[in-house]
Amino acid sequence: MWLSNSSIGRKVVMSVTGLALVLFLTFHMSMNLVALFSADAYDMICEFLGANWYALVATVGLAALTVIHIVYAIWLTLLNRKARGTERYAVQGKAEEVSWASQNMLVLGSIVVLGIALHLFNFWYNMQYAEIAELTNVTVAGTAVGPTEGAKLIELTFASPVYTVLYLVWLTALWFHLTHGFWSALHTLGWNNKLWLKRWQVVGNAYTTLVILGFAVVVIVFFLKSL
Amino acid sequence: MDKNISFTLKIWRQKSPKAKGAFAIYEMKDIPGDTSFLEMLDILNEDLVNKGEEPVVFDHDCREGICGMCSLYINGHPHGPEGAVTTCQLFMRKFKDGETITVEPWRSAGFPVIKDLIVDRTSYDKIIQAGGYVSVNTGAPEDANTCRISKEVADEAMDSASCIGCGACVAACKNGSAMLFVSAKVSQLAVLPQGKVEAARRAKAMLSKMDELGFGNCTNTRACEAECPKSISIINIARLNREYIKAKLKD
Amino acid sequence: MATIESKIPEGQLAEKWTNYKAHQKLVNPANKRRLDVIIVGTGLAGASAAASLGEMGFQVLNFCIQDSPRRAHSIAAQGGINAAKNYQNDGDSVYRLFYDTIKGGDYRSRESNVYRLAEVSNAIIDQCVAQGVPFARDYGGTLDNRSFGGAQVSRTFYAKGQTGQQLLLGAYSALSRQVQKGTVKLFTRYEMMDVVMIDGRARGIIARNLITGELERFSAHAVVIGTGGYGNAYFLSTNAMSCNCSALIQCYKKGAYFANPAFVQIHPTCIPVHGDKQSKLTLMSESLRNDGRIWVPKKLEDAKAIQAGTKRPTEIPDEDRDFYLERRYPAFGNLVPRDVASRAAKERCDAGYGVNPTGLAVFLDFKYAFDRLGKDVVAARYGNLFDMYKEITDEDPYTTPMMIFPAIHYTMGGIWVDYELMTSVKGLFAIGEANYSDHGANRLGASALMQGLADGYFVLPYTIQNYLSDQISVPRFANDSKEFLAAEKAVSDKINKLMSIKGKRSVDSIHKELGHILWDCVGMGRTKEGLEKAIKELAAIRKEFWSNVRVPGQVKDMNTELEKALRVADFIDMGELIAYDALNREESCGGHFREEHQTPEGEAKRDDENFFYVSCWNYKGEGVKPELLKEELKYEFTKVQTRNYKA
Repeated sequence: MWLSNSSIGRKVVMSVTGLALVLFLTFHMSMNLVALFSADAYDMICEFLGANWYALVATVGLAALTVIHIVYAIWLTLLNRKARGTERYAVQGKAEEVSWASQNMLVLGSIVVLGIALHLFNFWYNMQYAEIAELTNVTVAGTAVGPTEGAKLIELTFASPVYTVLYLVWLTALWFHLTHGFWSALHTLGWNNKLWLKRWQVVGNAYTTLVILGFAVVVIVFFLKSL
Repeated sequence: MDKNISFTLKIWRQKSPKAKGAFAIYEMKDIPGDTSFLEMLDILNEDLVNKGEEPVVFDHDCREGICGMCSLYINGHPHGPEGAVTTCQLFMRKFKDGETITVEPWRSAGFPVIKDLIVDRTSYDKIIQAGGYVSVNTGAPEDANTCRISKEVADEAMDSASCIGCGACVAACKNGSAMLFVSAKVSQLAVLPQGKVEAARRAKAMLSKMDELGFGNCTNTRACEAECPKSISIINIARLNREYIKAKLKD
Repeated sequence: MATIESKIPEGQLAEKWTNYKAHQKLVNPANKRRLDVIIVGTGLAGASAAASLGEMGFQVLNFCIQDSPRRAHSIAAQGGINAAKNYQNDGDSVYRLFYDTIKGGDYRSRESNVYRLAEVSNAIIDQCVAQGVPFARDYGGTLDNRSFGGAQVSRTFYAKGQTGQQLLLGAYSALSRQVQKGTVKLFTRYEMMDVVMIDGRARGIIARNLITGELERFSAHAVVIGTGGYGNAYFLSTNAMSCNCSALIQCYKKGAYFANPAFVQIHPTCIPVHGDKQSKLTLMSESLRNDGRIWVPKKLEDAKAIQAGTKRPTEIPDEDRDFYLERRYPAFGNLVPRDVASRAAKERCDAGYGVNPTGLAVFLDFKYAFDRLGKDVVAARYGNLFDMYKEITDEDPYTTPMMIFPAIHYTMGGIWVDYELMTSVKGLFAIGEANYSDHGANRLGASALMQGLADGYFVLPYTIQNYLSDQISVPRFANDSKEFLAAEKAVSDKINKLMSIKGKRSVDSIHKELGHILWDCVGMGRTKEGLEKAIKELAAIRKEFWSNVRVPGQVKDMNTELEKALRVADFIDMGELIAYDALNREESCGGHFREEHQTPEGEAKRDDENFFYVSCWNYKGEGVKPELLKEELKYEFTKVQTRNYKA
């Protein structure tokens, strides 16, 4: 199967899963923004995306994408380390054109994964999982919260400066990850030429910045509100 | 007129492919700025020979930047810190007096060290042998002007074709990937009508040979393009990806 | 005395090659598989021959000293390749290309060979285009041409300033295709050490594996030498560092005549020498002479001021500039052939008008082209050459004129071959620059690529069959026969002798000394006294080399000093051969200029009465003057004239 036994195939898997995850992030971010305007509307969305069959199917799909993306990342990194040979350069220069993010995608990705773990613990565990486990209430920061009370959960979580900082660090890593990942994915799929190389990078940076800002605004606003 | 400079050379010495290598330190005195980097190594070697020691071996041939033979990793960059030149076209005027200059061989699993600074790049030949050609026999092709090719396309093919096969792209790549080299040849022949006929077969054959030889997976860091002495663009890589994916989807 | 049989086919000039092909013997496909051919060298000639013979079904063993066939020095040719396509409708024809080449060669080449070269030139372009060589094109999509020295038509095809590279990569790709198919076996980092003779025929080679240092024996039904020229005998030349004449000298010592060794081309547009540590000279493409104007100051005091660095070239007004080529040769101007341009530069510099601190340089000025065409157009044509010049000299040709000086570039002389490209040794062939055949006493620009590919693609693959057709019953040779073992032992003894000298001099220091002697006495201007002196000094150098050279390292290991030492030993023999030939040829013609033989205006004076022949030197033993044989030139279709580029 060329998607696993050729280098371009493996990269195509990374690109496609990566781009799908970017789409998911866009959707998630739009949803979060609702929490800024109306807690009720946000809770409605949470209810809609609870333990329904379609939401569960989507969750499983999303999990699969993420796992594939991560497994391939680790696999590719191992292959590439092997291709690098056993000896390392004593002096390693850096060319201006080479972005820091592009050289550190695995490190950035790992931070992102830690962030996801935290996020799952903070939210998914208390919401969709709670529903699946048929819990009516969970206790967060000493307060009882229902599985569909998303807005309240946000409020409670970002009242903590520790979580706020952790989430911002996570988002920063994600920003770096995507500034390279976005155009690189398109490049790997072959959707690039002399003209579009610069354009995709600009589009990628702008898009990434918007998405990350969307997430960050919610975190910051709720933290400020809690003061 | 260029000034003379003195500096310290830190050069990788390795007796054979299996032997353990190490850096040797040499002090160089009063080297004129208009000496090329390789001529500077000639001076060092002349000294070593006169002392009865074995000279440092390094690949070099045309010394005018076109054969692709020279292959030194100088101060952290393939072909040295200067952009868009080969090692043989790097002149000592670009270095500072008192500097330490570190010289290493290309390092990549695809290019094992043979001795000192010489590596084995026959894998590049093997990749070309896998499909880097137009399948046409000698004799009796049609008149050259029968096949019209727009100037833009001809120029584009020429840009890709200017690859000298030195291996700097692999040497620079943290993934040890040969994608820039492979893609330059695939692109040159894919844009020209003569090569289009077997473009899909070529892309598949060359890529699978590259993978088979142990080169890594491209992650678009652009280090290859930045260090390429002929400034081959990574746009070639996008084209290779496109050709390859198209071919695979068709299968 | 041995006789020279050049095997020129009968008939009209234009029909000879067609007749030859129609009547030559061929080898049928089943037999081709049973015949082995060794080809040494992977340049334009070697790679194209290996590819073509492989396609035909012969089993080919192809050797090169670099790590890949693609490194061969053909790759460095910048300007272009000639062909008589007449795409520009400027009156070109096969005959005109033939005529220009034979005239450019100062009437010292073989008529029939040159005509054949012109005849196949068009097929080369077709072949290369079919391979995907990205030649420059016009907006209409047709191939573009530029003009070159020695011609009044635009017939040069080019790929930016990298024509040699693109043609070589084309041949390399064809070769690679055959390697994949298994018809060609490639041996990289191997150097031929000797040719092995069995019963008077070339039957194999001894080659040194440059990685392990081991000697290896290879047998075949025929051996082809495509190892280029001997310009590096001069130490400083535009050749690559590993270019050498060892294969030629080994063939010569086995009985192959060496033809016209004195015909060495000195290229007029090289970057001047800058210091005594310099390892090679860099050529600036001859195509620069299309738009650049060559000059030195008219006034000696201006020249002195420029040499002292007190005046800048841009400060000298037009009326004080001496465009000496345009002055002396109004019809061809800056586009005179290479030998004429080189000598004219030497003449001005000898008179004291040189323009760099050593007084050994002239200007090549693009100011006028910038004014006429605009900077952008000039940059599009020569930008990469300007960048290269700037990188090397740290001076910007966009703001100050380039400086150039002649340098050893190409050798028209080489192993003597007959019409079939076979040497005087049966079964031993020579192609490309390694043979002497097509350029006479001077090669025109953009003709080396043409000849290399003509030999490899279109001539040798036919003519070699005429020889191989009666070899079909000869079984493959074992490579452990007494002849092979003896040849290997001789090489091994020679290597051990070199290693055991353990003297005081590095190989390079002796090579540099050799180069100085050759450049001074056997260079651009030669005299009887100088040549006699050179022959004496060369004998002394040989003695010095074989008693005082120091080769460190091991025999059975990668040993670059040993490689160089083996080559320099042969360069010394080569130098002697050049000097003998130059001394014998009491005339000036093409690249060979005897100061005793010139017109009052300083032009070369040929002597067709006494020297209308190819000198063929037959080896007679170490340190012994070789025997001179003559292949009389018979021109049936060309009127021999004095070359005139004035009007």
